[in-house]
Amino acid sequence: MAETAQTTAAAPPAEPDHGHGHGHAHHPNLQHHFEDLPQQRDASTLGMWAFLATEVMFFSAVIGAYLVYRFSSPDVWGAASRHLNVGLATVNTVVLLTSSLAMALAVHGGETGDRKSQVRWLLATMALGSLFLVFKGFEYYQEYEDNLIPGRYFDASKLHIPSTEEVTALSAEERAEVATTADTASVLTVTPPQFAERRAQMFFVFYFTMTGLHAVHMVIGLAMLAWILSLARKGVFTPAYYNPLEMAGLYWHFIDIVWVFLYPLLYLVALHK
Amino acid sequence: MSRQHPHDPAHPLAHTGHITVKTLLTIYGALIFLMFLTYGAAKVDLGRANFLIAMGIATVKMVLIILYFMHVRYSPKLTWVAALGSFLWLLVLVGGLMNDYWTRGFLNVPGK
Repeated sequence: MAETAQTTAAAPPAEPDHGHGHGHAHHPNLQHHFEDLPQQRDASTLGMWAFLATEVMFFSAVIGAYLVYRFSSPDVWGAASRHLNVGLATVNTVVLLTSSLAMALAVHGGETGDRKSQVRWLLATMALGSLFLVFKGFEYYQEYEDNLIPGRYFDASKLHIPSTEEVTALSAEERAEVATTADTASVLTVTPPQFAERRAQMFFVFYFTMTGLHAVHMVIGLAMLAWILSLARKGVFTPAYYNPLEMAGLYWHFIDIVWVFLYPLLYLVALHK
Repeated sequence: MSRQHPHDPAHPLAHTGHITVKTLLTIYGALIFLMFLTYGAAKVDLGRANFLIAMGIATVKMVLIILYFMHVRYSPKLTWVAALGSFLWLLVLVGGLMNDYWTRGFLNVPGK
């Protein structure tokens, strides 16, 4: 299939050498340090997965720290978590899962070379991603109104943190099990009242950090999708070359996975109480 | 020089063509169902199992997204290694953290 400039003497080459002067023809999107498109695709896919691995480390560090606090003061954690808007978060989870579906359908449009489908589903993904951020904004505003933003105006009085007596009565069984003494700390101890308010504030530090970082990733994802959309509209993506679309998809699905974990970790701590 | 390569540009759907629109919609349905299952399970008091069930369902959802939405199911093994490696690291981190903090107080020795 490849025709070199040398074989077409006087006539202009059937496949132009695109100004590089080395006379070979190849797919315009094949970078020169790769041998062929499949190798380029494999290399860029591996690169994207390596990046996602660093993102896993990034979020799991925060989640690890969160888990330590959660298990050391489950009573306060549960009380703080119950004050979050679970309903809105559930809606947001549906929105994000749907945006992942839209993204997967956009990539499918890339596989099949259907430009209209790519554009349509990319727009849908971006719309749903933006909707997620809008709902998040409403949620943050609600928390601002309720004085739950950590700092000077934080007010834990509305959180109904169970008193020492209440939790002692409820978890007497568990305490007998572990046989704690007054001198030792245990994950099943009631958080001493002098620490409860600060520990509740800590929950919200984690909440805003984790959801905030997630939202920043969403914004970056939206910017990336805007760029991919501009390429898709020009018809750059064909069945032979659609890897940038797929890579953007990998990033978007990763953000979705992070939310899939943040939702139960933050909102479903103690829903049953 | 030629390179043995399982992906033939002439047959671009060879490695992801198995993932049809129908498959994507089915996986989406499963994800939504699992999400409501997580919410429902959280409303029932199952003691310490609540956390494990929530994390278990979240893990199943993650595996579905990785295998199907991210096409890993039909990807080369190197992709599998990269995907799994990062979660091994996560297990090491969280395992190490909980090994320390969870066991504080077990020995009835102050500070340990």
